[in-house]
Parts: sequence; structure tokens; C-alpha cells
Amino acid sequence: MTGSLWRLLSRALASPTGRIGAILIALLTLIVFVAPWLLPDPSAMPNLLAGATPPGPGHPFGTDQLNRDILARVVSGGQISLSVAGLAVALAMTLGALVGGVAGYHGGWLDSILMRAVDGALAIPRLFLLLLLVAVWEQMPLGALVLVLGATGWFATSRIVRGEVLRLREAEFVLAATALGAGPRRIILRHLLPNVAGPLLVAATLGVGDVILLEAGLSYLGIGVRPPTPSWGSMILDARPLLTTAPWTSIFPGLAIVITVLAVNLLGDALRGALDPRSA
Amino acid sequence: MTRWLLRRTAQAVLTFLVVTVLLFVLMRLTPGDPLQRLEGDRQMSAEESAALRRRFGIDQPMGAQFRTFVTGALAGDLGVSIEHYPTPVTTLLVSRLPASLLLGGTVLLLTFGIGIVLGVFQAVHRGRRADRWLTRASLTLYAMPSFWLGLVLAWYFGIRLQLLPVAQMHDPLLSPDATWLVRAGDVLRHLILPALTLTAVSIAAVMHYQRTALLEVLRLDFVLAARARGLPERQVLWRHAWRNALFPVVGLFGLWLPILVSGSVFVEQVFNWPGLGHLAADAVGARDYPVILGTAMLVSAQVLLGGVLADLAYYALDPRVRRA
Repeated sequence: MTGSLWRLLSRALASPTGRIGAILIALLTLIVFVAPWLLPDPSAMPNLLAGATPPGPGHPFGTDQLNRDILARVVSGGQISLSVAGLAVALAMTLGALVGGVAGYHGGWLDSILMRAVDGALAIPRLFLLLLLVAVWEQMPLGALVLVLGATGWFATSRIVRGEVLRLREAEFVLAATALGAGPRRIILRHLLPNVAGPLLVAATLGVGDVILLEAGLSYLGIGVRPPTPSWGSMILDARPLLTTAPWTSIFPGLAIVITVLAVNLLGDALRGALDPRSA
Repeated sequence: MTRWLLRRTAQAVLTFLVVTVLLFVLMRLTPGDPLQRLEGDRQMSAEESAALRRRFGIDQPMGAQFRTFVTGALAGDLGVSIEHYPTPVTTLLVSRLPASLLLGGTVLLLTFGIGIVLGVFQAVHRGRRADRWLTRASLTLYAMPSFWLGLVLAWYFGIRLQLLPVAQMHDPLLSPDATWLVRAGDVLRHLILPALTLTAVSIAAVMHYQRTALLEVLRLDFVLAARARGLPERQVLWRHAWRNALFPVVGLFGLWLPILVSGSVFVEQVFNWPGLGHLAADAVGARDYPVILGTAMLVSAQVLLGGVLADLAYYALDPRVRRA
């Protein structure tokens, strides 16, 4: 399994877009998790009376209405956005793999019930599912946000996994494992799922971009990540009244989103191309 | 044909029932009930709150509630808004529909009109500099949060250049006896920025689908044959190749049809556009469950309808589907 995943990754990295995407992702992750030690405290207000000051020496991205350093806030908001997206997608892929694996392997009534439910869930746009789930919380903890984003992101993945499992269920190596006395759990986890690792990696990479945008959107609506924790979306929300007087307060967090999502999508596209050369 | 259509429609209706069950369960999974928030906001005696619970049917057992919900929904009654009490949810939805239809329809037209042309252009010039830059530009736009792009455009065109209005659908200062032409122009001016924002962030998908599909068709023998017969390239491209490269785009169109009713939650919020997306976002802020639920159901119905319509288009366009 790991062998084929490495091969997929190296084939994706052979294309220029894949390489640019991967380098950008590595760079962004490094910046977001290392730079906070070098930057001022994102919640410090060194000169509250000065308010929002334009980009200049000392504050390369300027400061917001409370005179907080925007670069420091973009970086620490990135920590939140990237962690939330990574964890939510990991959860979504696990759920999708399990449901798809069980449905495909078991077949019959269980498959019918699960897939009808997935059909229904797929018909409700994810944003509206999120709005329903998020509206419950007065103050949404970050853990709950991860849970909700993950729980709404696995439907399409489960269909992909189910399809692959259906295709492989009758393969000889699975029959051999069954003949050797392996139970369903072992067959699904050790023999079937490793073979869907490629499609899962593609879905996960592209899923990260979706989740970053969704989390930013929810935070922009004031129902995702809440102050005082900075996130890219909530920074843009805070900056809205300053649009005329201090546009830099909303430009930089937005650019951070664009660069991150673009990087993830470039890598995702390259991976998809490497997995299925026809689609590229 | 009729039998196929009936089966396909029955399937969609069945899925919609599943959607209804899922949404009901989701709403009931939430701790407490929809009225708790209302009670937190104002002083209410125990009798008042019990009367309200009776009014909304929350004192009934779960099964009965579900029956009321489903029969109500089938009759077009989605309950009463909590925020805008006592306006029925259906009335709210209907009042917001025209604005969403206008914005969504414009966006569909622009996205597919421009997207198809650009996709065809890219396929014809594949690998050249114009193709590469169009791909890069569309991918960058695709990575933008719509609300952020909206804000940036509003800042630049609305505030810096003072060219276009950045909020609402009408100018409140417009004289009440303005002619319809002036009114239409006014709405059009308000429409430009939100429509442009949504088109920009979504056009990449259409371009990519059209480019890939056309490239695949251009490789086929019948295109070569058409060229060999000496047909003008324009005719080969549009009459022969393009018509066969339309299927994935038609599928995408079906997928996107819901934007007609839902508009966009984020862009409508940014531009204060009085559509359904704006309604849904406000309802979340006010914890107005019946309204969120109502919009979710309406949009889901539209998603399923879009699927059926796309299949119907496949059926009409491609004889092979009929035999399958």
C-alpha cells in the first residue's frame, strides 16, 4: 500500500503544477507553525489609539482597528484554519472509508440502506447541512467545528470507496484471504481499503481546499471560529467596517486563503492526473 | 421514454423523502428545542411557553411530530418562522425567490456562456500560452472565497471608483414615479457586482469540463473525416466536434441549477441582496430553525430536480442512453 502511494505521489510531483502545489503547502505549513515564535503576539495592542495603520516598517501587513499586527494574526489564524481543515478531512476520509467499505463488502440490505441515506445526504448542499448543524451552538467550540465539518464531508468519498470495494470484492487475493480464514473486518481493513488509498488521497487533498473555504465562510458569517481566536474568515468579518478606510485589513487574510486553497487544489489536480491519466 | 422518466422521477421523489427524514432527524438531534432560544430572550410564564409549545406542536411525541412535519411539507406548509413570527416559512421563501432567481439566472447564463466559449478557445489553442494562462487565472479565481472577492470588488468599483452600488437591489432614493426602464436599469446596476463575483469564482469548472471534453472529441476519427472532406474549420469545430462535447457540460448545468433558488449565501450576504441565501444566513444568526430547514428542503428539491433534468437532457441528446 505505502509503495503504491509513494509512486502516486512521486508521479504527481513530477508535474510542475503538483510540484508548485506541494512546495507551497510545505512552505505554508512551516510558516504557520514556526513563524509565531518570531512574530509579535497576535493579540497585543501596542498602540491602541493609533488604530489601523497601513503596511509599513514594523508591521509589513499593517495593523487592524485594535492596532494588532495583521501578519501575526494571519499566521496564527492559519494555524487554526489548517488544523481545522486537516483534522476535519481526516475524520471525513475515515468515515467515508468505513461506510463505503462496509456497504460494498456486506452488500444486500445494509448496502441499500446506507447508499439511500448517502443519496439523500448528497442532495442537501453541504453548506445548508452545516448551517443547520452550526445553528445549534451558542458558542461553537473548535472541536465541534471539526466534528461538524468532518461529518458533512464523507458522502461522496463513501461512494468512491464502495465502488472500488465492489470491484475488488471478488478479486482473487480477497478470495485467497477468505479461504485462509480472514474475517470481514480484517479483509476490509487490511486487504480492501489499502487498495483505495490512491482515490482517498485525491479526495482528501481536494477536500482540504473545500473545508478551508467552508470554514472561512462560516467564520465570516460569524458562526465558525469565534473571536478572540483569529481565523482567516473571522478576520475578514472584523475588517468589514474598515473596507473604506483600511482595506489592507481584509486583503491579507483573503490572500492567505487564496494561496492556500490554490496550492492544495494544484496538488490535488496533479494527484488526480497521476491516478487517472485520462482525466488530466 | 415515459416509463424511463417515471422511474427516474420516482427515484428522485424517494430520495427527497430520505432528505426529509434526514433533515428532521438532524433538527431533532440538536439539544433542546427551537423555542428554548425564544424563551431565553424574553420573559415568559410557564403557561405561555406551554401554549407556544402546543402552537408549534413540540409537546407531541416524536412520531406525531414527524407526521405533522411531512404532511405539512407535502401541502407546502413548512411551519412558522420564529424570528418573523407569525409569518409562515413558505411566505418568506416565496418573497425572497425573485431576487435569487434573478441573480442565479444571470450567473448561470454568464458562467456557462463565457465558460463554454473560453473552454472551446482553450481546447483549440491547447498547450499554448493563452491556454496555460487561462487555466492559471481560472484556478486562482476558483480558490477565492466568494465573500472576499465580493468585498474586494465592492471596495474597488463601489467605493474607490464610485461606479456601482454595493448593496441591496434597488436604489432607495429612486423617485417613486420613475419609468420601468429607469427601474430596470437601476436593478441591473445593482446586479452587476454580485453576479460578476459569483461568475468569477465558479467559471473554472465550466471551462475545465468544456476544454477536456472537446479535446477528447477532437481526437476522434469523425473529426478527421470532416476535415478531410474539406469542411471549414469553424464548421468542424462547432457543428461536429462541439455538439459531441456538450454532455459533461450539460451534467454540470444540472448540478448547478440549484443556484437559481439558493443564490449564494455568502455573496448575497456581502451585497445585502434580498435573496434566499441571505434569508438562510440571517436565519442561522437568529437560530430560526424552521426557516433554515425550509431553505434546506427547497434547495435539496432543486438539486434533485436538476439531476432529473440533466438526465432528461442526456436522454434527448444521446440515443445511446435510451438503449441503456
